[in-house]
Amino acid sequence: MTRPIANCPNCGAKIVFRWSNSVQTVCDFCKSILVRTDVDLKKVGQVADLPPDSSPIQINTEGQYGNQAFVVVGRILYEYDQGGWNEWHVMMNDGTSAWLSDAQSEYALSLSSKAENLPAIAQLQVGQQFTWSNQRYTVSVITPAHYRGVEGELPFQYWDKTDVTFVDLRTESGKFATLDYSDPEPALYLGEFVEFDDLKLKNLRSFEGW
Amino acid sequence: MSAGTPPLSGPPKPQPKALNCPKCGAAIVLRSFGQAETVVCGSCRSILDAQDPHLAILQQFEAATREVKPLIPLGTRGKLRGTDYEVIGFQRRSTSVDGIAYYWHEYVLFNPYKGIRYLSEYNGHWNDISICKTLPTAEFGGAATANYLGETYKHFQSADASTDFVLGEFPWQVRVGEHAAVTDFVHPPRVLSSEKLDKEVTWSIGEYMYGREVWDTFKLPGAAPEPMGVYENQPSPVTTNVTGMWVAFAAFAVFLLVLMAGFDMRAKKAPVLHETYQYNRAESKGESSFVTDVFALTGHPSTLEVKTYAPISNHWIYLNYALINQDTGQAWDFGREVSYYSGYDSDGSWSEGQQNDAVVIPSVPPGQYYLRIEPEADPSLPGIPYTVDVTHDVPVFGIYGIAFFALLVPAVIISFRAYTFERSRWSESDHPPLDFSNISTGSGDDE
Repeated sequence: MTRPIANCPNCGAKIVFRWSNSVQTVCDFCKSILVRTDVDLKKVGQVADLPPDSSPIQINTEGQYGNQAFVVVGRILYEYDQGGWNEWHVMMNDGTSAWLSDAQSEYALSLSSKAENLPAIAQLQVGQQFTWSNQRYTVSVITPAHYRGVEGELPFQYWDKTDVTFVDLRTESGKFATLDYSDPEPALYLGEFVEFDDLKLKNLRSFEGW
Repeated sequence: MSAGTPPLSGPPKPQPKALNCPKCGAAIVLRSFGQAETVVCGSCRSILDAQDPHLAILQQFEAATREVKPLIPLGTRGKLRGTDYEVIGFQRRSTSVDGIAYYWHEYVLFNPYKGIRYLSEYNGHWNDISICKTLPTAEFGGAATANYLGETYKHFQSADASTDFVLGEFPWQVRVGEHAAVTDFVHPPRVLSSEKLDKEVTWSIGEYMYGREVWDTFKLPGAAPEPMGVYENQPSPVTTNVTGMWVAFAAFAVFLLVLMAGFDMRAKKAPVLHETYQYNRAESKGESSFVTDVFALTGHPSTLEVKTYAPISNHWIYLNYALINQDTGQAWDFGREVSYYSGYDSDGSWSEGQQNDAVVIPSVPPGQYYLRIEPEADPSLPGIPYTVDVTHDVPVFGIYGIAFFALLVPAVIISFRAYTFERSRWSESDHPPLDFSNISTGSGDDE
């Protein structure tokens, strides 16, 4: 796989893309948020220092999902009234992108999915049911969240956000869905909860005393 | 575990945070690297906002009754299911049934990679609890059950749980005085619980742990307190599957019957001697023994049954038998008594003994045999006829009876123990078994 290389338009540091389809990245050095255009990189914003968080995952953490290896290339950090959670952007070894979410050490892996007629946020309430890919999902919680920051590479532009709403749906079989209302058009992610040990993670952060 | 991965350069290693209580200044350690929502000052009992760098005071509570001391001190670590966990929080909760308060304790366990887990303790009974990732389905109503990962859990109890003492860190906004509706469904050794706080319902799954396992896990000094009574999801000491055991028992009984029928069909049951003799006291002075005709036993070594019949009443006759092989002189000596008594007394008619007797001699080799018989009788009995029947190769059923009872007795004992254990379990539930002793006396003699 080619690894496009460019320089940060802000500070000149070398920018390496691990994933060729990345649309956005953050300069490790000056924390500029950079968006790829047809020809070069454009600085669109600046990431404030991310708040300290407790996730054991970090950029470059490697793991396994099913028979596919993956590497963490980016993340979006959110906050809500019960704490914060991370959506880690992972690159599978077949080149697809997926999301590994870590909410207080509850891990889930999901993929962006397409479905017709996704419900508008105003119509939704807890307990409502939807069927996607022959699986029935029940709305379990509607979470008003707050965008806190980004790191690394993302498959889309994502930086100028404030309040966003997520709708979590669960099933009776460990699968889940998330409706992301960050943009006017809702986005659907389908996935499942995963066990920490099953992910066989490497390059984790270490914690003092552990 | 990848916990031993060497640290990468980059963001600083998270460290437990040492802070001071804004109320009393006492030292506060945040052990969960930012996962805690609230932390309780161990000194002044202020509930503080763990997410706030200044630890804003959220609530203060009086340890109204008395100090509650966790059995596992905060900060203790232990290996549970292969993962190291540290005790970071502790709360006491209570529920009131008929005006009596029942208390239980919950411990918050933390691992920076695996997250949060809980231990609960009630009267020496422990549960290892984690939050359900899969949504259980619950059906309330007549037969209230819940289904989780393909297993059916039976409704045990619904209660209102209030938090009345807290210590350490919690991954949620804990408050003293907070009420939650708790519903437990059991499938021993597991318990499925739903906890409803405001509108949010959280399901958790617990597995029974013995106090000694907890003591081993956390290397606690001394011995775990003895559990009191039977707990809702305590595994029955009767590990046998009672239904399966009875199915196996029935199959074995059928097998025995088939075996009996088979041996009965195979047995020749050949009559070899049938003779009636007369006992006469007058004639039997001195040596009274005599020998029977010779009879032949053919085939393989087999059983020989000797039946004696005497039509006596309120007397006894005793026969000294010897079965003698004519060729080898080998002898089997045995004595049989026939006695029968009957009469009337204040309780009505009674009887004792029988006019028939039978005995089986095992494994008699083939050959020519005769019986030597020496009768003795009651001195008051002048004379009596008696009949001797000898049958070769009879089936022996006694051994089947012994086998049957040898299996029946433990099966009944196991069933009874299982029954009494389940009865004690469910007597504490919202669905107590009917108490027949109470119904018959018609009084509720509560202590």
